[in-house]
Amino acid sequence: MDGGQALMRSLEHEGVEVVFGLPGGAILPAYDPLLDSPLRHILVRHEQGAGHMAEGYAHATGKPGVAMVTSGPGATNIVTPLCNAFMDSVPIVVITGQVPYPAIGTDAFQECDITGISAAITKHNFLVVDAGDIPQTIHDAFHIATTGRPGPVLVDIPKDIIDSKNPRSQMTWEDPQPHILPGYSPTIKGDPELVSQAVELIGKSRQPVIYSGGGILKSRAAEELLTFAELTQIPVVTTLMNRGGFPDDHPLCLGMPGMHGNYTAVTAMQEADLLIALGSRFDDRVTGKVSGFAPGAKIIHVDIDPAEIGKVRQADVGIQGDCRHVIAAFTQALKEEGEEPRRRDAWLNTVKRWQEKYPLVYDTSPDGPLKPQFVVEKLRDNTPDDTIVCAGVGQHQMWASQYWKFNYPYTWVNSGGLGTMGFAVPAAIGAKVGRPDRMVWAIDGDGCFQMTAQELVTATTERIPIKIAILNNAYLGMVRQWQEMFYEERYSEVYLSPDLPNYSQWAESMGCVAMRIDTPEEVEPAIIKANEVDDLPVVLDFRVDAQEKVFPMVPAGASNDEIVVSPLQQ
Amino acid sequence: MTTSPVLDTPPHHTLVVLVENKAGVLARVAGLFARRGFNIVSLAVAPTEDDRFSRLTIVVDADSAPLYQVVQQLDKLINVVEIRELHPSHSVERELLVATVRAGPELRGQVMDLVRIFEARVLNVGSDAMMVSLSGSPSRISDFARLLQDYGIMELQRTGKVALASLDQISQQEPDAE
Ligand SMILES: Cc1ncc(C[n+]2csc(CCOP(=O)(O)OP(=O)(O)O)c2C)c(N)n1
Ligand SMILES: [Mg+2]
Repeated sequence: MDGGQALMRSLEHEGVEVVFGLPGGAILPAYDPLLDSPLRHILVRHEQGAGHMAEGYAHATGKPGVAMVTSGPGATNIVTPLCNAFMDSVPIVVITGQVPYPAIGTDAFQECDITGISAAITKHNFLVVDAGDIPQTIHDAFHIATTGRPGPVLVDIPKDIIDSKNPRSQMTWEDPQPHILPGYSPTIKGDPELVSQAVELIGKSRQPVIYSGGGILKSRAAEELLTFAELTQIPVVTTLMNRGGFPDDHPLCLGMPGMHGNYTAVTAMQEADLLIALGSRFDDRVTGKVSGFAPGAKIIHVDIDPAEIGKVRQADVGIQGDCRHVIAAFTQALKEEGEEPRRRDAWLNTVKRWQEKYPLVYDTSPDGPLKPQFVVEKLRDNTPDDTIVCAGVGQHQMWASQYWKFNYPYTWVNSGGLGTMGFAVPAAIGAKVGRPDRMVWAIDGDGCFQMTAQELVTATTERIPIKIAILNNAYLGMVRQWQEMFYEERYSEVYLSPDLPNYSQWAESMGCVAMRIDTPEEVEPAIIKANEVDDLPVVLDFRVDAQEKVFPMVPAGASNDEIVVSPLQQ
Repeated sequence: MTTSPVLDTPPHHTLVVLVENKAGVLARVAGLFARRGFNIVSLAVAPTEDDRFSRLTIVVDADSAPLYQVVQQLDKLINVVEIRELHPSHSVERELLVATVRAGPELRGQVMDLVRIFEARVLNVGSDAMMVSLSGSPSRISDFARLLQDYGIMELQRTGKVALASLDQISQQEPDAE
């Protein structure tokens, strides 16, 4: 057997079904045995697409996504997805070709030190030296990517060890052994002593809030969270990374906190006497000015990554462990103490008054321009409840998160930590490949769409029928909003034009069904028509109000107490 | 008074880090310190008694980051096997200094006095300079370097310290060994 065949067999051994990639010189020898392998390969049009597809696949399925690219430019093109997956703890394994081992260090054609480049933005990476090491390395790579705090792992494979014509590629297959990683053993179960301390704090608190983050979805703890919240009657905020991790329609759900969070989620955290942070990391987009964040709150912080505990805010009780186990331990301990479903009427009533006073609002006057929020609401109301929604980065992302009702885990796929424009289209393709049974919509910005739209060619070719709603406001809207609010309306390099490119023609040229929507009346029929297409990608070009801004907003660097609500509520 | 990093060690922590003996591990550790803004005062690396591992003695500037963060971030590196903080009073620390001092024939005797007092060694003698070396505790090394300064130091290299827990510490930290 040669290294190339071993690589295919290793991927199959890990249960991989699909690989997103694009070949080139150094990885060429792996593409030959691919022909004889049951693996499905999806040929992308740009390696960034392969990386985000792997991420979308991982978000939607919980299984690791896999991308395979060549050395040099192929490898550097996938740096953005690696960083994106690192920031959002997404399990992906990226295989890069490398120049032959003896040529490393000679500036050979398409040589690039990708393990060096990616060391800072991967959970771990490997340079494989011998063909015989391929099975074990791939096995370890998947283990590292998917356990503990998940993340991207890169495996760099020199050409000579996979090239059947090179003697260095000859090897005998041996099943990988149990992992020998002396420096890696994630802690899963929380320390029982700390669990009791946390339970004691919960018992004493009068105004607690559960601050739930992406760790809930990563540890598949949505059910445990629901049980825990219902037992304790503690309201729950769901960060941008945990939309869907707790149902939006639940009476205890306060929705998204943070810079564009809703008033109640932000204010409840500010007024809380206890924050129970579950798989969340006190990101600056959530805390605002850290010194002014939740000033009266004691902190319980549960995270599988101990480095997160106390990184931003000192925890009163910090528990290293997997959210699913630790939340279940909380519930168990509370039940043992005879905790009945609790009444927290005074606190919940206060919260309810905020919700009534400051709901999300936008101008709905009948003959105004088409509002982006209206489009999101109509999409929400005209698609199945378990639709998977992907977003780019910008205003449209915030409106999607604010106005969608996420009632199922793993229905929201977005780029949180890195904020990567262009994420939506490839991520939607990856999500649809992983969940062909689900409807997948991407809510994208016109600016974002232009960054990765070419992957619609991939979608058409591979018959991956995703649907894209471009909220076309002719601007880099989020940047425009900051210039309007914080730079005295001095607009600098943010105008894009609604017609250039001609989105419908562009989409059609890529084999998609396309429609352009200008008025509120056209919105619903267009969505219904789009939903009926099940063999081709669809692109809807919604011409929305360019002036619209995202509210509420906590200005950058301000305390969350300085939250600015919509002018309609001021 | 100005401080010199060669002569005065700022408030610091000493970490002894066992890492897998693999290519690129030092770069991973150094890269982590750089991107997290942790300052390294000194770093010494060498293989251990077990050839699967290397041991690093890292002296970290205590003002640049909370120790807990440094340790937890380091621990996330897959190749990092074990991290111990060593307190000076519970560890043995050693360092080596090599210096070339300006000392013509008339000053040689004075430098030789210092060499004798510190039990240092003379490595090389030139017409107007001497090369000396001293191994010992970091503070003794600093004292020696400070005194040599009066003669004019042409070149000076310290290795950065290596450290191990003192024997009472080892037996305390391994209750399983009983
Ligand atoms: C790759 C990348 N470049 C730049 C930015 C900065 N940025 C954040 S939002 C945004 C505007 C996005 O425009 P668009 O996709 O049209 O979305 P809108 O805000 O108009 O809804 C920009 C430029 C980014 N997040 N990512
Ligand atoms: Mg826009």
